[in-house]
Amino acid sequence: MGGRALAAPASGYRVLDGRSAGVVRALAPVVLASALPAEAAARERALGAIVESFDRGVSGLAPAVQKEISDLFTFLDFAPTRVAFAGLWSPIAQSPPEELAAFLARWRSSRYELQQASYQALTQLIHASWYDLPESWGAIAYPGPPALPR
Amino acid sequence: MIPDPIRAGLASGWKTIDAAALTRDMELEADVVVVGSGAGGGVTAEILAQAGLKVAIVEEGPLASSTDFRMREREAYEGLYQDNAGRQTSDHAITILQGRCVGGSTTVNWTASFRTPRRTLAYWKDALGLATMDEASLAPWFARMEERLSIAPWSTAPNRNNDALRAGCEKLGYSSGIMRRNVKGCLNLGYCGMGCPANAKQSMLVTTIPSALDRGAILVHRARVTELVFEGDRVASCDAHGIARNGATPSIYRVRIRARHFVLAAGGIGSPGILLRSNAPDPHDQLGRRTFLHPTVISGALMREPVQAFYGAPQSAYSDHFLEVPLDGPAGFKLEVAPAHPVLVAGVLPGFGEEHAHWMSRFDRLQVTIALLRDGFHPESPGGRVVLRSDSSPVLDYPMSRYLWEGARRAFLTMAQVQFAAGAQTVMPVHEQARGCDSWEASRKEIESLAMQPRNARVVSAHVMGGCAMGTDPRSSVVGESGQHHQVGNLSVHDASLFPTSVGANPQLSIFAIAARLASGLAAGLRNSRTAGTKGPSLPV
Repeated sequence: MGGRALAAPASGYRVLDGRSAGVVRALAPVVLASALPAEAAARERALGAIVESFDRGVSGLAPAVQKEISDLFTFLDFAPTRVAFAGLWSPIAQSPPEELAAFLARWRSSRYELQQASYQALTQLIHASWYDLPESWGAIAYPGPPALPR
Repeated sequence: MIPDPIRAGLASGWKTIDAAALTRDMELEADVVVVGSGAGGGVTAEILAQAGLKVAIVEEGPLASSTDFRMREREAYEGLYQDNAGRQTSDHAITILQGRCVGGSTTVNWTASFRTPRRTLAYWKDALGLATMDEASLAPWFARMEERLSIAPWSTAPNRNNDALRAGCEKLGYSSGIMRRNVKGCLNLGYCGMGCPANAKQSMLVTTIPSALDRGAILVHRARVTELVFEGDRVASCDAHGIARNGATPSIYRVRIRARHFVLAAGGIGSPGILLRSNAPDPHDQLGRRTFLHPTVISGALMREPVQAFYGAPQSAYSDHFLEVPLDGPAGFKLEVAPAHPVLVAGVLPGFGEEHAHWMSRFDRLQVTIALLRDGFHPESPGGRVVLRSDSSPVLDYPMSRYLWEGARRAFLTMAQVQFAAGAQTVMPVHEQARGCDSWEASRKEIESLAMQPRNARVVSAHVMGGCAMGTDPRSSVVGESGQHHQVGNLSVHDASLFPTSVGANPQLSIFAIAARLASGLAAGLRNSRTAGTKGPSLPV
């Protein structure tokens, strides 16, 4: 399967196109669950920051690995491969959270390297994107970096 | 305000070139090109510059310094680590933390300083025939680097993360010790992994590199060496292209540096990668082989009181109890702890959704023990192999053998036992199938049932070693005991890639000492060849 060119990111992103950004945005609440703020405006802000940070994270990987992630998004976007390998009938951005959770759980316990590694890449990048934000620290009792003596 | 020695040095007129900012090709000349500015390259550059040689240091990463080190994880991982701290083996089963900045991994490591273990040196000498690698003749080199880098036992009380390891071992009768660290005026902050904001860590960034630059060395940073250019059986020049950041497309402008001698110190993966890319002679198919990692497994423990494993010297306690086993028997492992910062912990904890959020909500009570497996001493632990991808970037194939997985299971068991002995409420082996248990008995059963398979147990490495093995026989090694390449007269390797097995301890001090010895030998050789009439080229800068 040919990967989508990484040269055409959506505006404001380094590598993600609009549909890939939509996939990350749909998966983030499933991956982060109660760690995300419940209040609507704060949640919206968090999701925007997570997608942006996810994009930055992917852009720093070796080009060969960026290509793998790009292929993964193509794979999840193209209906026949999405249905066959991810077991999702609807596009990810329109799938209910329980179906997305079941899909991630299947890939987590998959015997296949591609599915297991893809599950880890998606969840780790979303986790890293959220827990880098100071907004996430209150809930985990992390006071943040100490002040330096001046 | 904490003084920034790098900014001060730049203001004093250091010769540096940011290759990513070039708008034309550039040619330089030097006596010696040193590729890489980490533990091996930093030490080598200082010693060659002290000997009066003209040195050009080429570093892939940026010249960042204390003013830039703001103790923020992503910023540091993106700016200072290979692949945003997400480098992986080709099967995505092992995540590798490796520095990518001036100072290399010494800029971002956790300061653990161990001399090469006696048994490792004995194996190199007795089993591999490295006659010069004996403890007595290396001792002065260790002493010299310990003094140079202020390496001394950590005298402040360990943080609670480290103290749990010490206490658990003590209760079970396992030996443990307090680490030596390369720090001067350490503020005990806990953010060594993001670049020391206080310049207390005596990394290459604040010691040997400034010293080399003070003596007229030139530093070309944000420059990836694309290839060594051969003329006959010698290297004529080294070609590099600017690279603005991780993952970016290299600049079209080339920096070509001609020199009499070339030293590779681009680290495990990096150094063999450059030689493979340059089609360096490899008549016995040794290049990139026998690459070792100290594959590391992780055990999280939920303690009853806050641990705050994000504050305080990240590593100060260790146990070598489980390394005191025969080298030809089941795999030994070293016990240490890892600091807990949100991104690092979130990326390592298995699962997603409420399962993951549940553990994160107890983040401040998390104690993290790690076990580093000693690889490379047993026939069933032959290491991995660095190969090139289709785009010429290097990648490590490292299959975990059954031998190592067996060691990993024992390591999980031991870590859980130690954590419960230290008062853990719950222990969570970092493994996709584990759910965590509240007693040692239950934990033991859980660990015995876990499938030890790639991408199930999370395996990490911060120590890439080998790939350009040192040896006396060219049929089974890449460089000789002087560090000089077996087939290429004016090429040497001075970094962890020359270790013929893993070290069996955090490797920085081993690299410092061995690089110091090899560089001193090289400096003497190059000085002699100059006084014998070879014209020393000069830098046009």
